[in-house]
Amino acid sequence: MATASPPLLAVEDLQIRFHTLRGVVHALDGVSFEIARGESIGLVGETGCGKSITARAILRLVDPPGRITAGSIRFEGTELLTLDRRAMRTIRGQKISMIMQEPKVSLNPVMRIGRQVAETLLIHDRSLSHRQAEAKARDMLGSVSIPDPARMAQRYPHELSGGMAQRVMIAMMLVTRPRLLIADEPTSALDVTIQAQILDLMTDLIAEIGSSVLMISHDLAVVAETCDRVIVMYAGTVVESGTVDAVLDEPSHPYTRGLLNTLPDQVDPDRPLQSIPGNVPSLLAPPVGCRFAPRCPEAGPRCRRETPAAYDVGAGHVAACFLHADGGVA
Amino acid sequence: MTDLPGTPAVLDRAEIRRLRRAARYRSWGDSYTLWRRNPITVAGTLIIVFLVLVAAAAPLLATHDPYNQILSDRLLPPSAEYWFGTDNLGRDIYSRIVYGSRLTILIAVLVALISGPIGLLVGVLAGYVGGATDEVLMRLSDIFLAFPKLILAIAFAAALGTGLENMIIAISVANWPGYARLVRAETLAIRNSDYIQAIRVLGASHARIMLRHVTPMCFSTLIVRVSLDMGAIILIAAGLGFLGLGAQPPAPEWGLMVSDGRNYLVDQWWVSTLPGMAILIVVLGFNLLGDGIRDILDPRQRQG
Repeated sequence: MATASPPLLAVEDLQIRFHTLRGVVHALDGVSFEIARGESIGLVGETGCGKSITARAILRLVDPPGRITAGSIRFEGTELLTLDRRAMRTIRGQKISMIMQEPKVSLNPVMRIGRQVAETLLIHDRSLSHRQAEAKARDMLGSVSIPDPARMAQRYPHELSGGMAQRVMIAMMLVTRPRLLIADEPTSALDVTIQAQILDLMTDLIAEIGSSVLMISHDLAVVAETCDRVIVMYAGTVVESGTVDAVLDEPSHPYTRGLLNTLPDQVDPDRPLQSIPGNVPSLLAPPVGCRFAPRCPEAGPRCRRETPAAYDVGAGHVAACFLHADGGVA
Repeated sequence: MTDLPGTPAVLDRAEIRRLRRAARYRSWGDSYTLWRRNPITVAGTLIIVFLVLVAAAAPLLATHDPYNQILSDRLLPPSAEYWFGTDNLGRDIYSRIVYGSRLTILIAVLVALISGPIGLLVGVLAGYVGGATDEVLMRLSDIFLAFPKLILAIAFAAALGTGLENMIIAISVANWPGYARLVRAETLAIRNSDYIQAIRVLGASHARIMLRHVTPMCFSTLIVRVSLDMGAIILIAAGLGFLGLGAQPPAPEWGLMVSDGRNYLVDQWWVSTLPGMAILIVVLGFNLLGDGIRDILDPRQRQG
């Protein structure tokens, strides 16, 4: 994907540390990726691999004891990490929004939902009257397929089902038509029957608005369904990235291969499920060299000595593994 | 306007107004059901409603001028002429109690209106901002909380000078730290909740989050606490009146009236006892009501 214009979002060498009583947690190390305009990117990995903190870093909402210690995040050419707080607030919600994992607890329990969707508009447009904002909010509730929006706007969050609450959340986050939508496991808290509905709804709205998407998920199926490209993370580093087809058809990092092997096989459903042996390393003292080396079936001495760079394995498909480097793992 | 897919036909304004009104009626109806369900709340409400009615209709209910001294009629026992008897200056105790209800309500309401918002402001600020601000504000409130409320109120009343206004200020000063603590604790829990994170993602400023998203969540707890405290406020006011630091004679303040009857407690019991009973009933009423308000204000108790 060689585009002349700068990407919508460019994350470079992002490093996040948590200074805790038990030591320094290396939550994120040298994470780099780009998102083009209108592109959907999936961020996959196990719990604790740094997916969510990456998302929070983009919005600059990393709370202490966490700190962004190095790197750069450029959005439409503007460096976000050095932006003053007021300017950052105009980016949040207006240019970049985030859909949260638990819709039911992410809504203000004492605010009627119509008012809550209107709040997004009111935060960013002081000239808007409450009446106008609520009218727009009602339209938006209709756009996320909430039946009878005028009546539902008067309800409180606890009166909604999980699926309805997530629709409200989507309405809140998309009513300003942001350029980038971060979706942090938007369907994990929902019933399986509702998940597909919500994903379809999101994809439709996003196509309509033309936003880019950063979809965070541990569910490869969700990513395969909705994204153009995928980034695989492991223990705070990016291990592989490329188009969804390339990565899922020809996984080039042993971790990605392991991850795909944990899924049930559609063709041969009787094949026993495989797990990746070992545990995720402690990020208090991450292993030297490749962070996956201790669990990797193909690791060699070089993997425990040096940190692999991102090696090209095909059109825009890269893997941080010495298997693809000159000289191999030896 | 948005041109997103699936936007329904715009509802006309009358329809929207009708729906909003229906929602409001539904919420009032729920409040009524919750109130009626608890007989203790009903009893408290009736006592307080009675107090308010008496205060409002004082000139109609009183049988005598509460300030008029008839020295030939001093210390008379309750009778058809003087329902609750007369005090040491020959004033009708019944009429004085009736007029005293106005002072009682004035004191309780003003103290609540002064110390509640101060506590709310300090508490939200300390809890939300945290760090040094939190330390300074909370240590300050610790200093106030180190003294019993009544002692602190006495000290401030003595320092400010006697009089009704100064007494109200003194009680308010003694009262806010409790509210600040309560609100701070509530704020700490709210600050880390997911919906505050969500509203931060939307780009809300800290001031907006505090004002529109944290403060309203503290209201129900604070209102319950203040209404529970109403009884205590009236007791402190009566105590200050009794000690001569609050309302000054000849004001018909209940605490002051109890104090007036001190010397006659054995032979003319009604001079002290009847205003004392008034205090007891009103304090009880506020305490019963306070408990009920908590149930009514909790939106989670409501049905859809």
